[in-house]
Amino acid sequence: MSDTFIRTAMLPPQLPPVTERGAVKWVRENLFSSWLNAGLTVLGVAAVTYLVWLSLPWLIHGVWNGNSLNECRASIAANFGPDAGGACWAMIHARWYQFIYGFYPPELYWRPVLTAALMFVALTPILFSDNRRVAAIMLAAVAVLTILALALVQMPAWLFVLCSLGMTGLFYIGTEAPGRLIWVSLLYPFLTFWLLWGGSVWTPIMALAGFVLLAQCYSLLNARLGVVLATAIGIVAACLWWLLVGGIVAASAQALLPFGLVPVESDRFGGFLLSFVIGVSSIAISLPIGILLALGRQSNMFLIHTLSVGFIEFIRGVPLITMLFTASLLLQYFLPPQVQFDLILRVVILVTFFSAAYNAEVIRGGLAALPRGQFEAADALGLDYWQAQRLIVMPQALKVSIPGIVSTFIGLFKDTTLVTFVGLQEPLRGITTIVRADINWKGIYWEPYIFVGAIFFAACFGMSRYSLYLERKLKTDHH
Amino acid sequence: MANPAPLPVTDEIAIQITAMNKWYGSFHVLRDINMTVARGERIVICGPSGSGKSTLIRCINRLEEHQQGQIIVDGTELTSDLKNIDKVRSEVGMVFQHFNLFPHLTILENLTLAPIWVRKVPRREAEETAMYFLNKVKIPEQAAKYPGQLSGGQQQRVAIARSLCMRPRIMLFDEPTSALDPEMIKEVLDTMIELAQDGMTMLCVTHEMGFAQAVANRVIFMDQGQIVEQNEPKEFFNHPKSDRTKLFLSQILGH
Repeated sequence: MSDTFIRTAMLPPQLPPVTERGAVKWVRENLFSSWLNAGLTVLGVAAVTYLVWLSLPWLIHGVWNGNSLNECRASIAANFGPDAGGACWAMIHARWYQFIYGFYPPELYWRPVLTAALMFVALTPILFSDNRRVAAIMLAAVAVLTILALALVQMPAWLFVLCSLGMTGLFYIGTEAPGRLIWVSLLYPFLTFWLLWGGSVWTPIMALAGFVLLAQCYSLLNARLGVVLATAIGIVAACLWWLLVGGIVAASAQALLPFGLVPVESDRFGGFLLSFVIGVSSIAISLPIGILLALGRQSNMFLIHTLSVGFIEFIRGVPLITMLFTASLLLQYFLPPQVQFDLILRVVILVTFFSAAYNAEVIRGGLAALPRGQFEAADALGLDYWQAQRLIVMPQALKVSIPGIVSTFIGLFKDTTLVTFVGLQEPLRGITTIVRADINWKGIYWEPYIFVGAIFFAACFGMSRYSLYLERKLKTDHH
Repeated sequence: MANPAPLPVTDEIAIQITAMNKWYGSFHVLRDINMTVARGERIVICGPSGSGKSTLIRCINRLEEHQQGQIIVDGTELTSDLKNIDKVRSEVGMVFQHFNLFPHLTILENLTLAPIWVRKVPRREAEETAMYFLNKVKIPEQAAKYPGQLSGGQQQRVAIARSLCMRPRIMLFDEPTSALDPEMIKEVLDTMIELAQDGMTMLCVTHEMGFAQAVANRVIFMDQGQIVEQNEPKEFFNHPKSDRTKLFLSQILGH
């Protein structure tokens, strides 16, 4: 018998057996792959069912309208029987503005609304720099939501028209020339400060002028004196401007051309407005400071290295609460009595330092992951230190550090609830305590915490998803 | 790889190294190095590993600092003065063993980055130059890809093109083919041979003796941080003088 074999007809492809495809395969592999796993699946399903069975009636019986907890209870008893439990969401309905704005004057609510809207506009060119479609969708959504939100709060009609036109204009700029929006991002910190706290328009303009002065000094002196000296002179000039000249110029400009908003004191801030002011400004400032600290820690220059290490290790070694107490109590002792140093500003500075120290270590990890050849190639091409850092090192190091940086940011945002210990009315404990002290809502327990928790979750989950999007976008190794 | 046509070498001095010494900590890596490279010269540096040959060419663009002696590149002496260092680095191209392309940038961006930021060339012009050199290394179709999507040989040719975009007067090669698969070595060597025929001053650390015989006009053999023997390729390979050289050659050519 010979081994010769010749195939006369080619076999057509066939579907895999029914147990190896589709839903059946997924269930077999993921839920019932062994007796142990089958048992765990059954137990898990039972536990989830039990929890839902316990909490679902409470959620379904929820009441949205009412003026007190007793009204809620009466309504639930009338609809679902005397023993039925139910959530009293009416509390959120009644205290919504307080959770969002704290004690901000109600006739000025349009200012925080506009600030929040401009924040998204300012973030668009940074978050979605190369995705025009997403940027346009985001801008359109922000414009529509802002106009709706402004329609709900008190404001003069002409101002409403002006703001609506402004938002539409920004949307138009964003779709036609997205690059221009970066100016909104650059001006945003000063605009926000003015919108939220009010006062003379000249104060933020003079603060901005200090930064312009710094940039001018740097660009004029860089060629002649080198990077380090030019930066140092620029910083000294800006500080002198802020401390000595800026205030006087702002005051005289205000006398000549008075223009300003009604001032709002810091103790009127509260709720999510406060959380977002502290969280967003700390996040925005702590990233660049963290980068500089990480570079300082890598530096060959003894003084810079020692200062960076000292700062990072000190800040990381001290609990945030300690620093907040320092901000609220101790700092005032060290300053001259006539200096009024705003409490929110002090808290922002210390929370920023705290997160900058953590970011510095995360970014240092990213720097360490970079092969030495990358630094050498940048050097060999003749790039100077800052060019190499900006164009070669940081894009790669930050990309590696994205999960860590976003974790730090999420942690920071949730830590803003700790400012309750220095007497600021953040939403979780501050506003909730106030609400629960009200005779109408005495005895309410779960609802405010669930509500505040849900908003924090939404913000943190958003950051987390954005970081995943960014990681996918920056992935260049294999497409 | 034979290229019988003699390549021009001028009298002009490109690199002058005098009584140069370097230590890593207390380890004396380079000992009393003296060499002069004329413009248009193509020098191959070989030697056993740890002999200091890579360190020597890395001193020429100050990726490594020397502690004693003098290195003058294109009339500029290398000292701790950052301005001189940047000037020399923009005149001297370097190709690394592991390519060191920037993985977050496309091939085209890798090529245009330094011209735009260091030479302040307008973007359009930099892109034209980049495409010219990508054509020269025969991979213009890869311009929009990222380094991670290219083969090793292609990456090394991109790295050569990246250096050339800065219009350097001197090229340094630090074992450009030792990280490559055998079938990719040839494409890189062919690129280097073409470059030599264009009259580029080249210093090349390599064990590719075929390349040395084809284009080098001088071979330098180093051992234990010093120059042991240097000669024109034919003499060097056929009649090595020192015993150390003979041993080395028998080891690398023996099989």
